[in-house]
Amino acid sequence: MRSENRALIASLVLCVALAGPALAQKKYDTGASDTEIKIGNIMPYSGPASAYGTIGKALGAYFNKVNAEGGINGRKVTFITYDDGYAPPKTVEQTRRLVENDDVLLILNSLGTAHNTAIQKYLNTKKVPQLFVATGATKFGDPKNFPWTMGWQPNYQSEGRIYAQYILKNHPNGKIGILFQNDDYGKDYVKGLKDGLANKVMIVAELPYEPTDPTVDSQMVSLKASGADIFYNVTTPKFAAQSIKKAAEIGWKPVHLLNSVSASVGAVIRPAGLENAQGILTALYGKDPTDPVWNDDPGRKEWLAFMDKYYPEGDKTSSFPVYGYSVARTMVQVLQQCGDDLTRANVMKQAASLKDYETGMSLPGIKINTSPTDFYPIEQMQMGRFNGESFVPFGPILDGEIGGS
Amino acid sequence: MELFLHQVLAGLATGGIYACMALAVVMIYQAIDHLNFAQGEMAMFSTFIAWQLIQWGFPYWLAFGATIVISFAAGVLIERVVLRPIHDAPILSHVVAFIALLSILNSAAGFLWDWTIKSFASPFGSGQFLGQNLINKHDAGMIAVTILLLLLLYLFFRHTRIGLAMRAAAANPESARLAGIRVGWMTALGWGMAAAIGSVAGMLIAPVVFLEPNMMLSILLYGFAGAVVGGLTSPGGAVIGGFMMGVIENLAGTYIPVVGREMKLSIALIIIVAILTVKPSGLFGRPVVTRV
Amino acid sequence: MLVTPTELRSAEARQPPAPTIGGVAMPVWRLIMLAAGLVVVVAIPFALKNFFIFQITLAIIYAIAILGLNLLTGFNGQFSLGHSAFYAIGAYTAAIMMENLGIGYVWTIPVAAIVCFVFGFLFGLPALRLEGIYLALATFALAIAIPQVLKSSVLEHWTGGVQGIVIIKPDAPFGLPLSSDQWLYLFTVAVAIVMYVCATNLVKSRTGRALIAIRDHPVAASAMGINVSLYKSLTFGVSALYTGVAGALGAIAIGFVAPDSFTFVLAVALFVGLVVGGVASIPGTLVGGLFVLFVPNIAESVSKGLAGAVYGVILLLVIYLMPTGAAGLVRWMTAQFIRLGRARRS
Repeated sequence: MRSENRALIASLVLCVALAGPALAQKKYDTGASDTEIKIGNIMPYSGPASAYGTIGKALGAYFNKVNAEGGINGRKVTFITYDDGYAPPKTVEQTRRLVENDDVLLILNSLGTAHNTAIQKYLNTKKVPQLFVATGATKFGDPKNFPWTMGWQPNYQSEGRIYAQYILKNHPNGKIGILFQNDDYGKDYVKGLKDGLANKVMIVAELPYEPTDPTVDSQMVSLKASGADIFYNVTTPKFAAQSIKKAAEIGWKPVHLLNSVSASVGAVIRPAGLENAQGILTALYGKDPTDPVWNDDPGRKEWLAFMDKYYPEGDKTSSFPVYGYSVARTMVQVLQQCGDDLTRANVMKQAASLKDYETGMSLPGIKINTSPTDFYPIEQMQMGRFNGESFVPFGPILDGEIGGS
Repeated sequence: MELFLHQVLAGLATGGIYACMALAVVMIYQAIDHLNFAQGEMAMFSTFIAWQLIQWGFPYWLAFGATIVISFAAGVLIERVVLRPIHDAPILSHVVAFIALLSILNSAAGFLWDWTIKSFASPFGSGQFLGQNLINKHDAGMIAVTILLLLLLYLFFRHTRIGLAMRAAAANPESARLAGIRVGWMTALGWGMAAAIGSVAGMLIAPVVFLEPNMMLSILLYGFAGAVVGGLTSPGGAVIGGFMMGVIENLAGTYIPVVGREMKLSIALIIIVAILTVKPSGLFGRPVVTRV
Repeated sequence: MLVTPTELRSAEARQPPAPTIGGVAMPVWRLIMLAAGLVVVVAIPFALKNFFIFQITLAIIYAIAILGLNLLTGFNGQFSLGHSAFYAIGAYTAAIMMENLGIGYVWTIPVAAIVCFVFGFLFGLPALRLEGIYLALATFALAIAIPQVLKSSVLEHWTGGVQGIVIIKPDAPFGLPLSSDQWLYLFTVAVAIVMYVCATNLVKSRTGRALIAIRDHPVAASAMGINVSLYKSLTFGVSALYTGVAGALGAIAIGFVAPDSFTFVLAVALFVGLVVGGVASIPGTLVGGLFVLFVPNIAESVSKGLAGAVYGVILLLVIYLMPTGAAGLVRWMTAQFIRLGRARRS
């Protein structure tokens, strides 16, 4: 080979060798570095929704586990969580504190529909990811208008449609009585059911209650008197327990559809009375931790080990820690996919590229999928029936089909 | 018609809850001539203590009794220790102290026992009262206990010397002192009794609404409203007021179209305020006459 | 003749010298404090990060709200636990005007003021018959009712129901090189200065004295010819006006209104701020505003699980040490300094 050619080849090789590290260069936005990833979170640890605070604790516990096992790609997670007392102005203040004062990379699993609405514009303007919001409100999966906001759980309207499908198939001549919380969450669920029923007139009673009501006894009495034989129960845990107890007490035994938010053995069914809840239906996307059928399931075993070691004071019969665990695992998956490119843009990109991801506590067959046009990670659910001990899944995996692909 | 009857009965049942709370509210009012906003949280905390005792293996009635005694002592302690330093402070500062107490008790309960609901046993068992499908055993029992407490309070205030001394201390502390009454200890006694009554209310209410740190907040408001409508100087009126609140709220919710369901509480409160504008001391209260 | 001219002259001669601290007369001290305050106020937007400017803005807004409450409860003796209702009405007025009607944010302030004045006055009329604890209950009922009304489907078209209304924060006008937080801060301060000056003038005027007379001894006041009913209702209106303006400013600063933002928790917080700052003290309301905003955060940083308990303990300590509020403490300290000065001089 002539010397000029050798020189040319040598310089080409040198260029490629120099370019190599440049291609694998690390990229960071505020909140990420070689050693640390800062994640921010706002939860109602006090106030009317304080029962959900356990989700925040589960999230923190999971990140402790991740750090104890070496972190994500060698980086430790610093999880900063603040209380907003379930008041949107406080949510705004705490979010700004996290973004501007604590310099977090992203906001994870902030809870509450109005609360997430309050911070949505701010986070999208500042281009900070608002990931896996802890609400099923349908509006949070809108990549065209809010490219930095993504939901996680099946949205409420999808779930309502699934119940509508079930009713149309199994009780086409029934009369539906609805008890719903008079806020965004309740109304979203009702809309989903109504959309799913299309024009079929089946609803005979539609009664709201306020979270400030001491009991829902009056509504239950009216529902029974309305002659409904299907009960669509859109209540939060405390009122779900009251309604289940009251229904049994007044001798009302309708086909009982309970929304997934309150389908928790530990937090709802057990206080209400296991025998009173026989036959209650719900739509599941996660494994019921009390169901003995999962005793040998590796996903459930891993969750139990996590609870024992990192969150021993948590309730192992409640679905809330399962929820927190699953959200945290999804977050870790996204961060792992990011590799060394921990820019906010890449975090969103990876969040929108989840393919058939399973969190270990999701029901077999239910997978997390996202794409640039599909910001609803979980869209599938399966019907479950309470058999006196746990919610047992039955039937096929259903798709709620709302928006996205 | 049947719905009406059932709603009235359901209203009386919930009204029983409010009446119980109203009694505790009136008790404290008789003792300190002011409302204690922390009353609900004190009742809630007492109920948690009872729950904890039952968890540790105490039989129900032993836990019930122990809780009443503990609550009484705690009430006296709170008055002597927490409120002593601000005895001479203006009344508004007292209200802030009550708010502080509320915050402390609520937060401590959530920290010690978690924010999720717990079931609390009813001493009256489950099932319908007298077999009829009108009112269940627990609600009937609750109403009975409330009336019993009412009777005891009436006898205490009207026919015992201590009761008289307490009323005197609250109405006119200076004169009472001149008559030889130890006003400070009367107030403390009043607090203790209010705490004890509150604990009974809590233990009766928890089986219905489920025990959790936030359970008393709205019930306290209903209890206030019931006590005020009935007349803060009349325990009997307060109890009737509590029952009225329950029934009015239920009927408003059932029969007023559209807004009835969504604004039950507002409508009930509007009715209360309307009653107050016509009879400012409540339906059964004695008008307070001040010398100019 | 009650007093002879000679007695009058010697009485004048026997007047104690005007109180001073360190040789400087009180009015001069007040001017110095005011000037120092103004310097701090103007320096803040250029010395602090945006987030802190945002927090200080909120504290000032709460201070204005507490000032409204102070006029009613502190100066006029009408016990209100429902001022979150007027705050909410002001906030929603601003939100509806800005988002549904497309009117600029500057106009929302006077409109909110008028709307809330009317509401306050109308509420004050039936409230005339209620005293003390009964009035407290009625106002508390108002605080509970307002979020329910805002949520109701009847008004949903205007209020957005439970979803609330998102407001776009205004930017600095005329292309000034200020961030929206800095501009909002200056705007809030300007409004605050106007409101505080008006309040001070009101309290020092004959009307102010009439209000205080009604608070201390309504029967004597009426015997002296004060139209108690009219004044009480008007005070309710003015008080609501102040808190409503604060609500409008708050809506613009937060950028969002929803029924959940205006629960009775807010009413209780305003009341606490009133007492901590000092009942019937206008400068005290600033301390109250700072307390309402920052102390819950401090409590949370001390203990996550027991934040509420820590807050309660702090509150109790404040009440023990300053039973008459921060203003009371300042008054007491000032009296000590003056006494020291006199002792040293004599």
